[in-house]
Amino acid sequence: MSELEEAFRALKRLTPSRLRLEPGAGAAPLSAVLDFQASHASARDAITMPVDWAGVTRAIAPAEAIAVHSRADSREVYIRRPDLGRRLREADLARLPKGPFDLAIVVADGLSAHAVNDNGGALVAALLAAFADLNVAPVVLVEQGRVGIGDEVGAALGADLVLVLVGERPGLSVTNSLGAYLTRSPKVGTPDSARNCVSNIHGKGGLSLADATHKINWLVRYARKLGVTGVGLKDLSDTVPLLD
Amino acid sequence: MSYSHVAGGETHRFQSLAQVMAAATPLRSGDELAGLAASSEANRVAARYVLADLPLTTFLTEALIPYEADEVTRLILDTHDVAAFAPFRSMTVGDLRNWLLSEAADGPALARAAPALTPEMVAAVSKLMRNQDLIEVASRIEVVTRFRNTVGLKGHLSTRLQPNHPSDDLRGIAAAILDGLLQGTGDAVIGINPASDSIANCTDLLKALDGFRQEFDVPTQSCVLTHVTNSIQIIEAGGPVDLVFQSIAGTQAANDGFGVSLSVLKEAHEAALSLNRGTLGQNVMYFETGQGAPLSAEAHHGVDQQTLEVRAYAVARAFDPLLLNTVVGFIGPEYLYNGKQVIRAGLEDHFCAKLLGLPMGVDVCYTNHVDADQDDMDTLMCLLGASGVNFVICVPGSDDVMLSYQSLAFEDARWMQRRFGTRPAPEFDAWLQKVGLSDGTGALSDMNHFVKRLGKVA
Repeated sequence: MSELEEAFRALKRLTPSRLRLEPGAGAAPLSAVLDFQASHASARDAITMPVDWAGVTRAIAPAEAIAVHSRADSREVYIRRPDLGRRLREADLARLPKGPFDLAIVVADGLSAHAVNDNGGALVAALLAAFADLNVAPVVLVEQGRVGIGDEVGAALGADLVLVLVGERPGLSVTNSLGAYLTRSPKVGTPDSARNCVSNIHGKGGLSLADATHKINWLVRYARKLGVTGVGLKDLSDTVPLLD
Repeated sequence: MSYSHVAGGETHRFQSLAQVMAAATPLRSGDELAGLAASSEANRVAARYVLADLPLTTFLTEALIPYEADEVTRLILDTHDVAAFAPFRSMTVGDLRNWLLSEAADGPALARAAPALTPEMVAAVSKLMRNQDLIEVASRIEVVTRFRNTVGLKGHLSTRLQPNHPSDDLRGIAAAILDGLLQGTGDAVIGINPASDSIANCTDLLKALDGFRQEFDVPTQSCVLTHVTNSIQIIEAGGPVDLVFQSIAGTQAANDGFGVSLSVLKEAHEAALSLNRGTLGQNVMYFETGQGAPLSAEAHHGVDQQTLEVRAYAVARAFDPLLLNTVVGFIGPEYLYNGKQVIRAGLEDHFCAKLLGLPMGVDVCYTNHVDADQDDMDTLMCLLGASGVNFVICVPGSDDVMLSYQSLAFEDARWMQRRFGTRPAPEFDAWLQKVGLSDGTGALSDMNHFVKRLGKVA
């Protein structure tokens, strides 16, 4: 290999970008075209395919799970009407037990079924173990749900804190990333500035399940201590130790 | 005032000018989401009949967003050039469409029309134009701007090289810049969207870009796309700011959502001018816009998203930008649902901005939840090439690994140059030939040396 080829190989390692670094190159090579198409197809599938909710329920058993649906009846409506993905079907509202609870955990498909299928159940199980000392509501599984659905669910359950785990918008390189949003005193219309977010939870160089559990646990403990989430609660989980 | 049109025995009534404008717009998800879209396909065409007969002067007497409530409306009406408008004073919107498509509307005539027309007039006429009409008229308009090179000349197509990195790693960014230069891109701007908006990080990125530009004597400009107030602070601290960037929108309330106002933009414009860094010209601003931004900020005043988008160009026009581009497929499927809607919007945005005299480029792009793919982007880039777009945005392999969306690839820009017989900005083109990067021959005299120096600068 020439010195230049070696230099180009070294440069490609510096970024996840699809670098070509080929002087005098013409049309993109077929291998790059097909690789791109495979990545895009995976992202599209993550968005359009349904979550295996039975699998998620099995993964968190024996903890109780309640399956509900947002007011967005289909994937197309979900994408066109962000407002409906934030509200629960009225009939489902009545199926939620009235607390009070310290914490409610909500799992929503969001924009990635892959994210929920791959890591949703395992993350909930790890969190339930971490919160064994708290009064946690039955886990609520929401079909066609956005982050904001946690506000209505949390309020109906009478939860002091609601944690929403949701599939993030897939990129070309990562299609199964989960996001976690923590909100205190949830109610319909809560602004995003009142939430803390832990994003990029996935196994492809993202936040591992163990690290995500630690971060979320830290945020929950300090949210309870300080009585606030959002801009008033800075994530210092990397430096400040967990409360007892 | 209400408007109506009778068609097929049915009377279509519209309660306001805003309703006529919204109903006349080609179908898009954002207007449906806002509850502003036509009630039926027949209703849409009825609204177009109303628009066709509407005198242009209506837009000077009937503000879609009240003068008292919105500084963008005030800007538009207070800066309207009455003398330039004289030849258009007796025209309807339909007459304007016919004039635009006539031989009388050549380049110089269209340039004279720019200050005569308000964004609302331009939005209205675009709603009566098919895609080929938007391409035809746009292709006759030449809008030229200058900083360290000349962007927008006929026969030239410029590119923004967008070397984003998920953690702003300087060496990773340098590698992406090299990839872009090897394919002859980067003359409109080498512009980074920073992963972290901190002043310190943005200053580091700017210094690296500026060091690279000076080391290789590249006749282009750099930009770190951070908030305008950050750029003002960086300028005050002596940072090497070529272009000041800001996302803008067509209502005061939506701009408020972006954390900007006309007075803040004026302050930034003056700060950038004070540095006097341009060698060929002093177009120092870079703006981005996109249909749907005001609705997402709940600041749309019942006006359709395309009309609001064109009002944003009045904001841009007040500050003589070097570059303006729509991020057409980026705002999301709740505003532009699929490839068809993105393609139409891209052509509208380009035409409307050009007619208002702005140096318009397009980020030919989509997110993964938009129902679109590379074939749709190929179509849009072809149509924009035929329209004479000032510049497009390019990333390695179409994949922006920081913002997680797809834009054009460096190869796409090269394809457009070949297909449409265009060249990069003349000064940049000459530099490419000087260093041996022209025409993709890769005859860079000493690539090893180039790569090593690039690594050193980063």
